[in-house]
Amino acid sequence: MSEEIPEISPEVETLIGKPLYEEETEFDIEMGYVYNTMAAVQNGNPLYWDKAVAQELCGGQIAPPTMLSVWFRPHYWSPGFEGERTALQTHFDLKRMLELPEAIIAGNESIFGVPVRIGDKLKTHQVIKSISDVKNTKVGEGRFWVINVECVNQHGEHVGTDIYTCLGYRRPAK
Amino acid sequence: MSVAEIKGLTVDQIKVGDELPPLTQPVTATTVVLGALAARDWRPMHHDKDFAVNRNGVKDIFINTPNNAAWFERYITDWAGPKGRLGRMKFKMSSSVFPGDEMAMSGKVDNIVTDDTGCCWLELSVAVSVDGKVSTSCQTRIAVPKDENDNPWARKGDDWKP
Repeated sequence: MSEEIPEISPEVETLIGKPLYEEETEFDIEMGYVYNTMAAVQNGNPLYWDKAVAQELCGGQIAPPTMLSVWFRPHYWSPGFEGERTALQTHFDLKRMLELPEAIIAGNESIFGVPVRIGDKLKTHQVIKSISDVKNTKVGEGRFWVINVECVNQHGEHVGTDIYTCLGYRRPAK
Repeated sequence: MSVAEIKGLTVDQIKVGDELPPLTQPVTATTVVLGALAARDWRPMHHDKDFAVNRNGVKDIFINTPNNAAWFERYITDWAGPKGRLGRMKFKMSSSVFPGDEMAMSGKVDNIVTDDTGCCWLELSVAVSVDGKVSTSCQTRIAVPKDENDNPWARKGDDWKP
């Protein structure tokens, strides 16, 4: 790795604006993870705990909107895969291609469409929207990039978009 | 249980400047790990203190972004009730929340608008603070019922404009 943060390469430039990593959820949407999330934040909303309430309000059980990104994270391990598997792979690609070994999610916006229903199969793709010039930040020198993750259900209905603003950086030399 | 038995707000019960009731939550390592695993976030900085300290340069494991969102959702719908339907959330992370911290959640109503489909939207500012310093702030749009017969969850297609 060079000491100077390199210019953005043509290889990276060509990725901006293109749909990347089109994929389906690895399992049908299920209540088990909904209960885990409810328990983790002690959320007693009866919409998720009481089937009669879910039926009356939504015509059946749904997942909380903020769980959108949960459904696209790969299993930690599954047969045929070696090493660590990561969600938001575009983010990790950019870390590598831009030679910025550390990264954090600096901001996140979510837009919620039709509810995600138990039994749904979702599809997603990622789009790099922008990459900044080199910036000096309190954690080190690096670049910000914005990735949109667009999600639809098996009927092609928009269930949501996650917009991630990420900072890839190099820690200052000690 | 039926929906009629559940407490929830309609738009006429809310005004600009209203504050959401504060909520405090002590954070332990279990809080962090439970949240990360529920979100299927296996990254080590959310369960491995050695990695968090030596690779990320922070003092401990810390709450991950999706779990932060889940805490905000719980906080907002505790107040609005189950008919409250989130449309949009925008987060700004300033600092991390670690085991040993106490999260203090706060929020207020910045604006109330009715869109051209008749959907009633609240624009809220909510935040998680630790020791009086905001660690994550969130701008949110949530649809609430116009009256007791309205149900934002029934909206779809062109009638849902988050």
